[in-house]
Amino acid sequence: MPVVARVQGRRRETRDTWTLAIDAGGFEFRPGQFNMLYAYGIGEIPVSLSGDPGTPGPLIHTVRAVGAVSEAITRLKPGDALGVRGPYGTAWPVAESQGSDVVVVAGGLGLAPLRPAIYRLIAERDRYGSIVVLYGTRSPADILFRRELERWRRRLDIEIEVTVDHADSLWRGHVGVVTNLIGRAAFDRHHTVALVCGPEIMMRFTAGALEAAGVAHERIFLSLERNMKCAVGQCGRCQFGPTLVCRDGAIMRYDRVSRLLPVREL
Amino acid sequence: MQVHGLGRLIAEHPFFAGMAPEHRDLIGGCARNVRFGPSEYLFREGEPANEFFLVRHGRVALEINAPGRGPLRFLTVNTGEIVGEAWLVAPYRWIFDAQALELTRALSIEARCLRDKCEDNHDFGYEMMRRFMAMLVQRLHAAQLQILDVYGPGA
Repeated sequence: MPVVARVQGRRRETRDTWTLAIDAGGFEFRPGQFNMLYAYGIGEIPVSLSGDPGTPGPLIHTVRAVGAVSEAITRLKPGDALGVRGPYGTAWPVAESQGSDVVVVAGGLGLAPLRPAIYRLIAERDRYGSIVVLYGTRSPADILFRRELERWRRRLDIEIEVTVDHADSLWRGHVGVVTNLIGRAAFDRHHTVALVCGPEIMMRFTAGALEAAGVAHERIFLSLERNMKCAVGQCGRCQFGPTLVCRDGAIMRYDRVSRLLPVREL
Repeated sequence: MQVHGLGRLIAEHPFFAGMAPEHRDLIGGCARNVRFGPSEYLFREGEPANEFFLVRHGRVALEINAPGRGPLRFLTVNTGEIVGEAWLVAPYRWIFDAQALELTRALSIEARCLRDKCEDNHDFGYEMMRRFMAMLVQRLHAAQLQILDVYGPGA
């Protein structure tokens, strides 16, 4: 059953995307996990946690208003109630990647589920080799967590590259798809773990580009999205071949799903 | 001295990695060093595509001007990459603008010179086309992904 939680604060990230701080009594989570958020009287959706798992405080969720439930959630004001149950799902292999280079590739809103992993990588920076964050989105106005990206870039011990699909002449950064950035990034292909999140088409292209760059399938991790409903492996709505995304994912190793991804019937 | 310098720059450019020295020498005979300041145009839409550019250092924006909307930037080309494909096929005219976003150093390869050498030496011509084709396919795939607008509404 969902607990009754209250919105503590909200911040607009882009035209249609908001980050909510939610007081749910405090519970722990791992980078990449999600909660089911319930807009009372409207419905429930899975939303990844986008805050720092190492920092106690409210739950942080970043939500894009694309449907009835997500629109209702982004309209919630401080003090408003919503239901929360979770956390669910698998986690990014952050601790398991210690000693390796880590390449984080995010597309659009996919930066939100990856942000907890980036926080943890930075918190234990000395335990990793190169850390590369490659972020692609639609236009400069759609860049998520812009101030944070700028702050990370100023650290000098992390490579941060942002590209947009199209821009006007005021934008001085990269233009083109995020896969273009992979070949330019500095990492040891034999000792790299890649964390990828974004629209599924983007993830398929990205996994292909990482493979072309020499990263092994079993070292590439994707966050899949299917029609999750119960989140506990009971309803079968998110069945993906032999797996249930809510139970066995959402984060899965590429070698275990690469043959399933192009199958239209799944 | 200058030829030796150009030969070294050509050998160092990733586009020509692993190319036979005699083929690199053929390219060297068509090459010259160029430099563009920030905001300077390499070429403008409609101009003859008499050359293409190997970016040695810098960043170049490719853009198309749309009346009422201004320049629409669709690709940036970085160090180690190539600017320009229109020299390959008739009518050899640029269909977009290329503007340096920062100080950009490049090798300019004269198009007719290179096309003539490709015609005269088909082994060399095949090697050039093979390398260009790989780049063109990569850019085609990227353009397809851009057209799909995967981050757009409903994504």
